[in-house]
Amino acid sequence: MFYRENGQFKSSYRADQQIFPIAQDRIAILVLLLVAFIVVPLGVSDYWMRAILTPFLILSLAALGLNILVGYCGQISLGTGAFMAVGAYAAYNFQVRIDGMPLIASLLLGGLCATVIGVLFGIPSLRIKGLYLAVATLAAQFFTDWAFLRIQWFTNNSSSGSVSVAGLNVFGVPIESPVQKYLFCLIFVVVFALLAKNLVRSAIGREWMAMRDMDVAAAVIGIRPVYAKLTAFAVSSFIVGVAGALWGFVHLGAWEPAAFSIDRSFQLLFMVIIGGLGSIMGSFFGAAFIVLLPLFLNQLPGWLGFSISTALASHLETMIFGALIVFFLIVEPHGLARLWSTGKEKLRLWPFPH
Amino acid sequence: MKLKSLALTAALVASTLGALLAPSLAQAQAKEQFFPLLVYRTGPYAPNGTPWANGKQDYIKYINATGGINGVKITFEECETGYATDKGVECYERLKGRPGVTLFDPQATGITFALTDKVPTDKIPLITLGYGLSASQDGSVFKWNFPLMGSYWTAADILIQHIGKKEGGMDKLKGKKIALVYHDSPFGKEPIPLLQERAKQNGFELSLIPVTAPGVEQKSAWLQVRQSRPDYVLLWGWGVMNSTALKEAVATGYPREKMYGVWWAGAEPDVKDVGANAKGYNALALNTSGAEPKVIQEILKQVHDKGQGTGPKDEVGSVLYTRGVIIQMLGIEAVKRAQERFGKGKVMTGEQVRWGMENLALDQKKLDALGFSGVLRPLSTSCQDHMGSTWARVHTWDGAKWGGMSDWYQADEQIIKPMVKVAAEKYAGEKKLTRRDAADCSM
Repeated sequence: MFYRENGQFKSSYRADQQIFPIAQDRIAILVLLLVAFIVVPLGVSDYWMRAILTPFLILSLAALGLNILVGYCGQISLGTGAFMAVGAYAAYNFQVRIDGMPLIASLLLGGLCATVIGVLFGIPSLRIKGLYLAVATLAAQFFTDWAFLRIQWFTNNSSSGSVSVAGLNVFGVPIESPVQKYLFCLIFVVVFALLAKNLVRSAIGREWMAMRDMDVAAAVIGIRPVYAKLTAFAVSSFIVGVAGALWGFVHLGAWEPAAFSIDRSFQLLFMVIIGGLGSIMGSFFGAAFIVLLPLFLNQLPGWLGFSISTALASHLETMIFGALIVFFLIVEPHGLARLWSTGKEKLRLWPFPH
Repeated sequence: MKLKSLALTAALVASTLGALLAPSLAQAQAKEQFFPLLVYRTGPYAPNGTPWANGKQDYIKYINATGGINGVKITFEECETGYATDKGVECYERLKGRPGVTLFDPQATGITFALTDKVPTDKIPLITLGYGLSASQDGSVFKWNFPLMGSYWTAADILIQHIGKKEGGMDKLKGKKIALVYHDSPFGKEPIPLLQERAKQNGFELSLIPVTAPGVEQKSAWLQVRQSRPDYVLLWGWGVMNSTALKEAVATGYPREKMYGVWWAGAEPDVKDVGANAKGYNALALNTSGAEPKVIQEILKQVHDKGQGTGPKDEVGSVLYTRGVIIQMLGIEAVKRAQERFGKGKVMTGEQVRWGMENLALDQKKLDALGFSGVLRPLSTSCQDHMGSTWARVHTWDGAKWGGMSDWYQADEQIIKPMVKVAAEKYAGEKKLTRRDAADCSM
């Protein structure tokens, strides 16, 4: 009805290859960006900004990074928390040890350090696959947990092992209020999402997907497995590292290694699986599902006027959440992103389904 | 199937968004003092978090039953953190905007670290009784933090004093081996600087044995204990780590009489599973336990007998329950103190409560009147001192209950003061804060 392509003709390759070939999609995404950049900062409470939207954005970014590795290149990783931690601690060290270090530079340098570690732990992927690789990346997780807990230098010899940052600013503009923090993360997420989308549409993205779908065949047609796998690890770790640095700097402000524990790795992996493997959009869906749903379930009894004990609410939240994950994956194993595209397909034909 | 699932998804997404966007704030009455309660009744620390939370809630109900704070009724809401920092931050953000918000007791050192940076801008005091940042004792740098009754530095200091006394004098500590088995997190690491300082001064050898959180796996730690055979083991554990450590000590054959826990490792859930095998294990006590104190009797009468109790009746008066009651009492006393200055029978803002916190003066007479005689020592806070009292005792598990209280010890100011000063200076330097001046103190 409203979602038709009729009459939208492409007369150049460029037009045919744009990210959103359908005009309605382009308008929708513009509206979404306008809402995110203008309406939300004006009309949303501080609680939403600080406790819901900012974590959602940062975790979307991390899921985006993980999706490049797992969804596009097929290398299962359980070490996402580790790469987030490397990003956060490296950025912290740049910020603390170098006077007058610009914030954005420390965040990106943190991402670069995560890249190095990511490539290092990606090397086993050249020899092992699937579950065995997942276990190898698990080693990264435990190694960084150990390193940041036990090696005093990383935490600037903080006696308690907790580190904190203060006085964040970009070119003299402070990043303190909820709105500033939200916009700061939003800019990062938009830029990185665009970069990631263009990467996966390019030659390198096709190499990753070829690796994922059949590595032997990919090697036969001339794709270098070493290059493809390690670039996927590098790009993924970079994005995850930046997300980790944002999580520490912008969201928590003070953190300890427990903020990037194995639970965080699992949480991100679930996001990618539920959102949709091999889909940029899916990373956002997954993050929304995993961040918002528990909060919603947690507060639901209160809104409905039930008063149940805190512990029961918490247990119920976990149970319903688990059940929903199972339900969604049975209904649609390819995740929420596939549901979304199925919905769009149906809309195109509406009202004449066939 | 496809369509059905689509419809379901759409319905779910729509309802989620709708419900989340709906204003979730129940308009509280302007006549109520709101206490946000960050608790953990689930997760690895639940056995300890639950009585603590119950104590806080029961005391609020008791005060409400007896007419509130000079007629001001108290409202409260619990928020489950599971001891996780990010969840704690979410709870804080959720509850800090409520009308009449009083103060936060995060119940976790990690959450305290994250909130310490946030409370000055939100102007809400943070009460961290017996935990949190040791340096925040210095009120002239940490305006909003109140580590009342003790920190991990005072705790470690008192334990060393007690061991020295047992040995027959501090000079007898020379050449002794003391091991710290600690929860590998900010909570467990906090006492290390003080113990190192003490080791230098008293000439004992300190060995550090970290236990990975949450502490259900301690085989390697106790292997180290077995190899190095320390004269004493200090246990800096929380939750499931404590009972595991005691079981490992039994398995290793390390005498429980030589083990000393911090006050978070000295409650019923820590020893119950080990029972008679834990006999002789010592731990610090910030407060007494048992149902004798008047306030506990009152809570039983006014709250539990009316069927309003939060938890099981037989847990009332346990160590951590009583500590929860004390924390809530101190919070309410701060409100009372603030009312004396800013208007009796009015709802106090966070800033006014902070002033009350800073000017607490609970002498023996007041404590007796409140029904807390013998439960804790008198305490009084000031602008410089946000702790109020550094006294604690050591109690021992006799296989069935905690008892055998030692004499009171006070942490050694000679050691603590300079350390607090240095750490507070360092913090102020990092955060570019200046010390509060006299004018700010009299506010």
